[in-house]
Amino acid sequence: MESIHTLKSQDHSSGRLLKDKLVLGGVIVLSLITISPIILIIGKLVVEGYRQISLDFLIKNTPDTFEAMTAVANGELIPGGIANGIVGTLLMVVLASVLAIPIGVLTGIYLYENQGSLMANLTRNISDILQGVPSIVLGLISYLWVVKHITMGFSALAGSVSLSIMMLPMIVRSTEETLKMIPESLKEAALALGVPYHKVILRVLIPTGFSGLLTGILLGISRILGETAPLMLTALGSSMINLDMTKPTSAIPLLIWEFYNDPNMIGLIWSSSLLLMAMILILNLVSKQIAAKRR
Amino acid sequence: MNSDKVTKGVLFSVSILILLLAAGMLYSLVGGSVPSFKAFGWQFIISGEWDPTYGREKYGALPFIVGTLITSFAALLISLPLSFSTSLFLGEYFRGTRVARILGILVDLLAGIPSIVYGLWGFYVLRPLMIDLGFGGQGFGIFTASLILAIMIIPYATSLSNEIISMVPNDLKEAAYSLGATRLEVITTVTIPAARSGIVAGYILSFGRALGETMAVTMLIGNTNQVPGSLFDTGNTMASVIANQFGEADGLKLSSLIAIGLLLFLMTGVINAIGKLIIKKMN
Amino acid sequence: MTTNTIAEVKNPILSLKDLSIAYDKNYAVKNVSVEIKKNTVTAIMGPSGCGKSTLLRALNRMHELYENITTEGEALLNGKNIYEMPAIKLRRHMGMVFQRPNPFPTMSIYDNVIAGYKLNGIRTKKQERDEIVERSLRDVALWDEVKDSLFKKGTFLSGGQQQRLCIARALAFSPEVILMDEPTSALDPIATSKIEDLLVKLKEHYTIVLVTHNMSQAARISDYSLFMYLGELVEYGKTKNMFTNPIDPRTEEYLTGKFG
Repeated sequence: MESIHTLKSQDHSSGRLLKDKLVLGGVIVLSLITISPIILIIGKLVVEGYRQISLDFLIKNTPDTFEAMTAVANGELIPGGIANGIVGTLLMVVLASVLAIPIGVLTGIYLYENQGSLMANLTRNISDILQGVPSIVLGLISYLWVVKHITMGFSALAGSVSLSIMMLPMIVRSTEETLKMIPESLKEAALALGVPYHKVILRVLIPTGFSGLLTGILLGISRILGETAPLMLTALGSSMINLDMTKPTSAIPLLIWEFYNDPNMIGLIWSSSLLLMAMILILNLVSKQIAAKRR
Repeated sequence: MNSDKVTKGVLFSVSILILLLAAGMLYSLVGGSVPSFKAFGWQFIISGEWDPTYGREKYGALPFIVGTLITSFAALLISLPLSFSTSLFLGEYFRGTRVARILGILVDLLAGIPSIVYGLWGFYVLRPLMIDLGFGGQGFGIFTASLILAIMIIPYATSLSNEIISMVPNDLKEAAYSLGATRLEVITTVTIPAARSGIVAGYILSFGRALGETMAVTMLIGNTNQVPGSLFDTGNTMASVIANQFGEADGLKLSSLIAIGLLLFLMTGVINAIGKLIIKKMN
Repeated sequence: MTTNTIAEVKNPILSLKDLSIAYDKNYAVKNVSVEIKKNTVTAIMGPSGCGKSTLLRALNRMHELYENITTEGEALLNGKNIYEMPAIKLRRHMGMVFQRPNPFPTMSIYDNVIAGYKLNGIRTKKQERDEIVERSLRDVALWDEVKDSLFKKGTFLSGGQQQRLCIARALAFSPEVILMDEPTSALDPIATSKIEDLLVKLKEHYTIVLVTHNMSQAARISDYSLFMYLGELVEYGKTKNMFTNPIDPRTEEYLTGKFG
């Protein structure tokens, strides 16, 4: 007991409390540094980009480089807009969703129904690994499959395929997770009433889990909205609005890349980025709202 | 019931699609790389030449492999203190408070910014900063690219670590407090050891993300097809060379780019598999 | 109004005066004043929600870990105000054992016992550490059972053994007071009785304050009892007297099982 008292009398409290406070301070500082880019980036987009945003910006096509050069030389805002990009993005997002949603939801249902099976585990693992594939590689794949063999040339379809492969794992996972949260008893009650399985899926499971599924889909869309690299290898771009999915098409990120590379069009990069960010943010907010309402 | 069998069959076949997709991707990438491997063999991976001149084409992936690995590692190192502190902020120090909620949303937002927007910001804001700080040349290079990559991967490690850290049971922490530990001591002796594998998995996954980033990197790295000699040299990465050199590439050049895509596919696949394995082991 | 059936305690080890604890302005403990005698087992009992755990946790200032809890009033340990010293120093004098056994899962049995020293940055020689670990484990009658697996992690132990390990961890530091928050409610009857025997032994060197929802446990092992109801200290005194002759009608109703 004696030695314990001498040991206990070692008192490093003040040093330890100081260390405690210092580390807390460091954590706070580093955390603030961590979030500073988001504030700086959005700030930059708003400050530089808001001037260009107007109705015209949304409904007119991209100007050609000479028009832009003249405008810049005269100190005016570059005329025209990014309508071709907006339409292209929307077209490809819709196509990608049409491809990814049914496959993703059905696969998610399959995984939910077969929790322990080897096949389901394999599928789930492959889906997770697929999620980590870089988007540029997906662009390569879509090039090899669609551009080379289906549309014989760059096309909106090729772009959509690469985007849909990106969305797919996200939808699979969110579907499975959503369904897992629905009480077993609901499904069992329906089955006990003699309802055929496919109706249980369509009339009970999907409606009940709808907000969760929707959240996953919206998040998937917000993810693909900003993708540039795969589209460079597949959709290529276009100066006109294009609704033909077998032909090349523009997209907002592709336009940003084109503007970036053309000294005359630089002025348009910030407003386009601002619009893109706004779309992504709104989708994120909406899906967070839906998720929150669910709770 | 028969319709049930049909339904089950449909579900099964749809899920096979995912497996077919993955297999198909591997097949196409390998198939597309064959001409290149036939021409260069294993030299492809260790050769640094990239000469598209017709008649004496020679391609090697080494500069890009090195560039990818260096930028991703550097990005990981730079992001580590930042994302670790932030996950402690969110999961331990200020857990459940409004400040944490706001900060958490801001960190999530970092993940939502598209690569090309990071690239623009990097080009117009970071690059001049690098020049001002005297880092040589036009401000392009491995370092600048790693810096922007670091910012881009922070949210991935942060959200995973944050989740794991906040799941450390309260009563373990209380036991440590009751023994007279300071908050820092509770974190270092109880919280972090308990959350260790989750934290590591988070970093492995964010490393995997860094490997495949294209746009922001290509806008800042300088795009020179050489093995970089120092952190401030320019260089190139696998993802960015594919994006850059793809236009009008065909024949051997295209095959070489596809081969690089295959390497990238395999690298990210392995890294992600390791990360997920660690997470699975934890649960 | 508190019914106090003990004469003035000389040199109480713990002395509480008008201690009140509130969660977001809702008072869970109201104006508790009591003196705890050294080297005794004092039980705090009462129905669910009466504030007994809240009261216990105030004694080693655990409430400071949570934002919305406020404490008023005075608490003295050996005459010293527990709020006038750093919490980390106070806790060296108070050990705590929790309801569910919680040995640190990433540490071995050995490291768990010695954890208090490590955490407080006290430099010890290996021989001192070995002595402390052995002594603490012997004190809780666990030494023979684990001496050959000291460096294994404690998670393979049974619930009762894990709880004794947690008691050893609290004892290793030779605190003056050991606070126990329903330490046996998650254990089976055999493990419970082993720990109850242990507590009776331990009071020779320590003062034990024990929260229990099991009044027969209080009757079995405590010297003094506090009965709490709706945040107030209703009655306290020698356990034997309280059980045979409760004075406050609420105490009697609780003890005869009219509510609980």
